[in-house]
Amino acid sequence: MEQTAVEIKQGAQTREPMLRVHQLVKRFGGLTAVNKVDFEVYPGEVVGLVGDNAAGKSTLIKCISGVHQPDEGEIFFQGQRVRFSRPMEARDAHIETIYQDLALAGNLNVGANIFMGREPQKSYLGGLIKVLDEGFMLAESQKIMGRLGIHIPDFSQQIETLSGGQRQAVAIARAVYWKAQLMIMDEPTNNLGVVEQRQVLELVQELRQQNVPVILISHTLPDIFAVTDRIVVMHRGHKVTEKKTSETDSQEIVQYMVGALDDRRDSYL
Amino acid sequence: MAVQKQTADLAGLAILTKERQKQLALLLSRVWAWVFLATLVLFFVVSVRQTSGGAVNFLTVRNSQNILVAITPVFLLGLGQTFVIIAGGIDLSVGHMMSMASVVSALAIRGVYNEGAPLFISVVAGFLAAVCATAAVGMAHGTIIAKLKVPAFIVTLGGSFIMRGVALLLSDNTTVIGLPPGVRDYGNESLLYLIRGEGGGIYFLNRPEVSGALLRSMDRIFPYPVVLTAIAAAIGIFVLKKTAFGRYTYAIGGNREAALRAGIPVDRHVIKLYMLSAATAGIAGFLSTLRYTAGSAVIGEALLMSSIAAVIIGGVSLFGGAGSVTGTVIGALIIAVLTTGLVMLNVQAFWQFIVVGVVVILAVLIDQSRDLIMGRMESE
Ligand SMILES: Nc1ncnc2c1ncn2[C@@H]1O[C@H](COP(=O)(O)OP(=O)(O)OP(=O)(O)O)[C@@H](O)[C@H]1O
Ligand SMILES: [Mg+2]
Repeated sequence: MEQTAVEIKQGAQTREPMLRVHQLVKRFGGLTAVNKVDFEVYPGEVVGLVGDNAAGKSTLIKCISGVHQPDEGEIFFQGQRVRFSRPMEARDAHIETIYQDLALAGNLNVGANIFMGREPQKSYLGGLIKVLDEGFMLAESQKIMGRLGIHIPDFSQQIETLSGGQRQAVAIARAVYWKAQLMIMDEPTNNLGVVEQRQVLELVQELRQQNVPVILISHTLPDIFAVTDRIVVMHRGHKVTEKKTSETDSQEIVQYMVGALDDRRDSYL
Repeated sequence: MAVQKQTADLAGLAILTKERQKQLALLLSRVWAWVFLATLVLFFVVSVRQTSGGAVNFLTVRNSQNILVAITPVFLLGLGQTFVIIAGGIDLSVGHMMSMASVVSALAIRGVYNEGAPLFISVVAGFLAAVCATAAVGMAHGTIIAKLKVPAFIVTLGGSFIMRGVALLLSDNTTVIGLPPGVRDYGNESLLYLIRGEGGGIYFLNRPEVSGALLRSMDRIFPYPVVLTAIAAAIGIFVLKKTAFGRYTYAIGGNREAALRAGIPVDRHVIKLYMLSAATAGIAGFLSTLRYTAGSAVIGEALLMSSIAAVIIGGVSLFGGAGSVTGTVIGALIIAVLTTGLVMLNVQAFWQFIVVGVVVILAVLIDQSRDLIMGRMESE
């Protein structure tokens, strides 16, 4: 166990973290939703973020993805201090987020969703008339879905007619297509059937293969243990521990989640 | 193993047919308005002939042109509205907006003409005045809706009252007259003239100087207002289906939050939509001024309801995210065919309203039953 900490430290020294969050605080009125949290994500690593309801997981990642602006603390991405005032700025920095609630338009097809907000256009009459390049969108979305091994029967159909898993896959494909350097997933398997949950988890593995780091929030510990390299546990706004997945088990993690264990407290002892 | 495979195949077949059923339901919901329109026309052709003992024909050139002229304002009001409702909004101000534009364009035409400008320039000035004035009001609506987060229903309801007041104020509570007489031609002449029989012929862009029986038998095909409206419809279809502007409109109506997160400038787009809606109402007002050679502060009042009815019959969902300009064209046509046909059958006016009302509700019911069927298939 002693060795572990040293190993993690050594890893940190040899490789630059992709993302470093330092002493992050976010308050909502009198409530401190995120309280002095530090954590790092390294290239090609899947980090699980777990904790009870209202632990502050979503708030933490929303600070990273530009939805919220932190009250205190710093965020470094690829070595640079970043301050995103809007989600689009985080996306421009290639931090892509798969939200708890799907950020897709159900009335549009796969291609339209993948290219939403960044639609390719063909120019006519010297740029006077611009027309959506549907052919390009279709071809590119077929390519990316193929690369991720996702089967979509009909690319022209509105995605609300697809299954929940397929839709989640579209969201992930969109992030990959736009060259995500960090993928944040907030309960991506929520409301999915068993088979679909497995598909999404396979996609997470696929992302790791492609060296895209992932922060995965989930209440399903077996999923967390199946795909993560490291687990960060939050409790009432605090980070209470951080463990290598191979060196812990769900029983221990649950104890941290409910507040029975707490590294900050235990280190005082 | 073999048995397992067979059942899997069977299951596949079942999914396929379910898929087919779904597509069928979709198709039906898409074409029902066309079918309904065709049925209506057929019904009136037969019933008008029968009730008149064969003396009156519903499907004459003249009658079809009358119908086209009748839908011009309804469709124009519905055109901008189509975009607004697809994006999840509503614009209740278009009726009085049209009246305001009618008054403003009449004042502009008269003013510019009296300053000594040629007729054509005066008419162009009237067009620009109508479009600019309405777009400015639309911008105010959109800004209050998008930036100050006041519900569109409230903002445009208030705006509607204000436009009504402004129209009456500018027109001094009466009709704006004294326009140059040539204005009438812009509003009433047409692309083609058709005179049948002896001494007749087809005339393009050039009204033949005829009188008496020949004049009475002359048909005007594609009056200028109809041409302008057709161009507006074509542009509307193009913009909604083929451009990023249209795509943003659907995306915002489909999932506003997703559109925001995808970096679509949602607020700016919403403002543009209310400007568009106001401006198409402005064009309708301008055209009515040409048609009647007068600015009227009440001309649009009765048209708001019809235009929203056209949009809804055309399949635009009030929840946003779905609909098309073509649908609104059909919706407007259905209303016009209904009212014209019922008039020709000598049915009393109140029945027109009742029938249109029933059709509106029917249209939404059909849309919903499609969702119901689709939803049931999904959950199976
Ligand atoms: N926009 C907000 N305004 C006010 N309070 C908020 C806001 N977002 C979150 N909170 C509060 O902050 C706390 C942390 O919420 P958060 O959503 O981060 O928890 P979570 O760990 O993601 O929980 P869950 O597992 O239920 O998703 C909660 O008490 C929540 O009510
Ligand atoms: Mg959460």
